[in-house]
Amino acid sequence: MNIDSIQNGVVLDHIQAGKSMDIYKYLHLDELDCSVAIIKNVRSGRMGKKDIIKIDSPMEVDLDVLGYIDPNITVNIIRDGKQVEKKHLELPQKLVNIIHCKNPRCITMAEPQLDAIFLLSDPEKHTYRCAYCEAERKR
Amino acid sequence: MNTRNLIDIVDLSVEEIDQLIATAEDIIANPEKYQNACAHKQLATLFFEPSTRTRLSFESAMLALGGSVLGFSEAQSSSTAKGETVGDTIHTVSCYADIIAMRHPKEGAPFAAAMHSEVPIINAGDGGHNHPTQTLTDLLTIHREKGRLNNFTIGFCGDLKFGRTVHSLVNALSRYENINFVLISPLELKLPRYVKEEALKKKGIPYTQTTDLESVMPQLDILYMTRVQKERFFNEEDYLRLKDSYILNPEKLVNAKPDLSILHPLPRVNEISVAVDKDPRAAYWKQVKNGKYIRMALIMKLLGIQV
Repeated sequence: MNIDSIQNGVVLDHIQAGKSMDIYKYLHLDELDCSVAIIKNVRSGRMGKKDIIKIDSPMEVDLDVLGYIDPNITVNIIRDGKQVEKKHLELPQKLVNIIHCKNPRCITMAEPQLDAIFLLSDPEKHTYRCAYCEAERKR
Repeated sequence: MNTRNLIDIVDLSVEEIDQLIATAEDIIANPEKYQNACAHKQLATLFFEPSTRTRLSFESAMLALGGSVLGFSEAQSSSTAKGETVGDTIHTVSCYADIIAMRHPKEGAPFAAAMHSEVPIINAGDGGHNHPTQTLTDLLTIHREKGRLNNFTIGFCGDLKFGRTVHSLVNALSRYENINFVLISPLELKLPRYVKEEALKKKGIPYTQTTDLESVMPQLDILYMTRVQKERFFNEEDYLRLKDSYILNPEKLVNAKPDLSILHPLPRVNEISVAVDKDPRAAYWKQVKNGKYIRMALIMKLLGIQV
């Protein structure tokens, strides 16, 4: 299958197979006018299968969102058809307005204009807790 | 100067808690020394949820320090009834008061308040989440009853799921040495997993869970009773089924240690029979009084006042 290479944009590589649509949603890629290619189930020596997203626009990618979804993703920045930077991710310590608390007793449910803030509580289990009520969210 | 708040008991270091207890002991011994400590200072008590002890103890504490108080005792008598956010209410009140004590039914409301306040915020209880000044009260009471905050076995009994005083006290005690925790509750009202993980498991602190109060009674140095709180249940049937799970009466204390201390954050409904009040091991009325003294010490600390 052929997908055109991009000139100026971003390639998200090493996405866990099946997770690309989550990323499409969290990064609001549906709002872009440019070409976006979602390539699923690409053969990978390291991962077996992986997904790739190619974005034909030099956009700023929210690394916190990507790190939260999957810290193993690599972000390749393409300029003039060449890779100029490769970013490795880590689990962010703090998430702001990326996920929202589901605890019906939490103040953020009653006052949704408050920033939804989550803090990393257990890096091994990828667990975050609401900064307000401490309710747990797993990835 | 950064504003200091008390949102969660872990906002205070062990050293700061020890210092607050020392100040409270000095207030008890020399009350006249502190009678003008907060002259011309104003405490706002913002109670979006009803309370007797906590609100009155804050107000009594500020008055005993020579300060004054303003505020409201239910959400209906504030602009919250008109739809005002916590942030806007706090922004407004912080223009009038030097320090704010707030209780709110929603968990995390004091954290949200602290983001909008230029004066210290004290969490006076947020839903089923935290109640750090009750914890300070409990720690002062344990210190006065036992003469120490380490080397004992404490049993928590009743609603450990929604009991915010339990969560805060478990967190606070987990920072002291050699404390055994015994968690006594119906299966539906066990201590939340995150409290066990963070406060106990991660630190390798031993604890046991049981549904049977009498079987563990002989090993306890402190028994912390709690009420099953109707206001925390979405389903009345569950409340009715669980509310009478544990009722402490003189018969159940037969095998207890002679120097057991019985604590309860109050109010009680029927979980401690009135007959237990006469038992010298009942410390819950002393606990009420201690609440005023430790809040006096806390108000002074957060206002940066030394005597």
